[in-house]
Amino acid sequence: MEFTEKHVEGLKDLLYKMADDLLIIGHRNSEWTGLGPVLEEDIAFSSMAQDKLGQANALYGLLHELGESDPDTIAFMRNDKQFHCCQLVEMPIGGYDFSLTRHFFYDHADAIRFEMLKDSVFEPLAMVANKFRGEVKYHTMHADTWMRHLGKGDETSKARMQNAINETFPMALGIFEESIYEQELMESGIFAGEKTLKEMWLTKVEQIIESAGLTLPDINSVTPVYGGRKGQHSQYLQPLLEEMTEVFRIDPGAEW
Amino acid sequence: MDRDITILKNLETEILEMLSEVKDPEIPTISIVDLGIVTGISEDSEGTIQVKLTPTFSGCPALKIMEELVSQKLKEKGILKHQVITSFEVPWNTNRITEKGLEALKKHGLAPPPRHKGYIELDVLSDTPCPLCGSRNTTMQTPFGPTLCRSMHYCNNCKNAFEAFKPVT
Repeated sequence: MEFTEKHVEGLKDLLYKMADDLLIIGHRNSEWTGLGPVLEEDIAFSSMAQDKLGQANALYGLLHELGESDPDTIAFMRNDKQFHCCQLVEMPIGGYDFSLTRHFFYDHADAIRFEMLKDSVFEPLAMVANKFRGEVKYHTMHADTWMRHLGKGDETSKARMQNAINETFPMALGIFEESIYEQELMESGIFAGEKTLKEMWLTKVEQIIESAGLTLPDINSVTPVYGGRKGQHSQYLQPLLEEMTEVFRIDPGAEW
Repeated sequence: MDRDITILKNLETEILEMLSEVKDPEIPTISIVDLGIVTGISEDSEGTIQVKLTPTFSGCPALKIMEELVSQKLKEKGILKHQVITSFEVPWNTNRITEKGLEALKKHGLAPPPRHKGYIELDVLSDTPCPLCGSRNTTMQTPFGPTLCRSMHYCNNCKNAFEAFKPVT
């Protein structure tokens, strides 16, 4: 099938939101370096950060091949309004309960997204998605282990995890905010769409949360936090971008 | 036609031999050929040799260094017209590591990854044989180690901590 201009626009939109999510959550994960509650967790969040940045870089590379700027420019020269990440990923790391729950919700969505995209008709994306799904497997494995461990811990850990789930769930639903190109993405065979992804994700996360003795809030009782995909962000993104790009902006032409 | 194929085959063998002298910068006992990251060798009509590499992990910082090491090696061997490309076309997974490569990992003190059938269960990881004493009575402490490709384990038999090269599908 020949791609129309709208198909390509939809594809770019998809790549931007995936890569921006990865770049921003990667940076947030890296903030645990040196601060993890135990050494192994420090290393886990740092390693996951490294995977996320590598994946973001590969996706920015695909955008570059589609005529966008080079990966460094895309990553470091935009302001918050030009970012397509969901608000979930830009939140400060908060307590370990929040970071863990965010990582759990986000990585299960990515794992399913990559699984879907490995069959995309846009081959360069299918290739990287196929690669990423092996990597993200270790992320979901890590999240599930801790979700179950803390859910079955003492009263404090149980209460803190339930509270984190309740608070994070509306933001996590923001991952699936639909694009104006959903139809184009589906009809072209590039991506089967956010609705399908969300349904599969709900089944998966609910199953694990229940096995941890915790409860996923009723989806009809919460209001999803949308806006991120359209450039509407929380107060936390712009300061993060400024910190992230501080050294780069001092001398953008520097050879490293 | 047959003759061309023979020449190309010889060329491939020759280049692979050269590249087996290039070691992984983080695990100096294993060559990049045995690690399974060399996915293609070809020559274009103008005589430029093209070597294709596939990343072990998308975020592997050793990748750029490996590209440079390949380029240096080719230069050293007199192949000046060459191009080193990294591509996801052939995805890397740990089954691509050769038998010799698995031995090389052991030599570096790393438990080699088990052969997999396209999926990995948590049990496989917690069952890793200790590279020091061979016991299977081990515990995985974390799937994330000092580099992206390693996990950390403890041997309940010889009481040593060890690292494993983790299986990737």
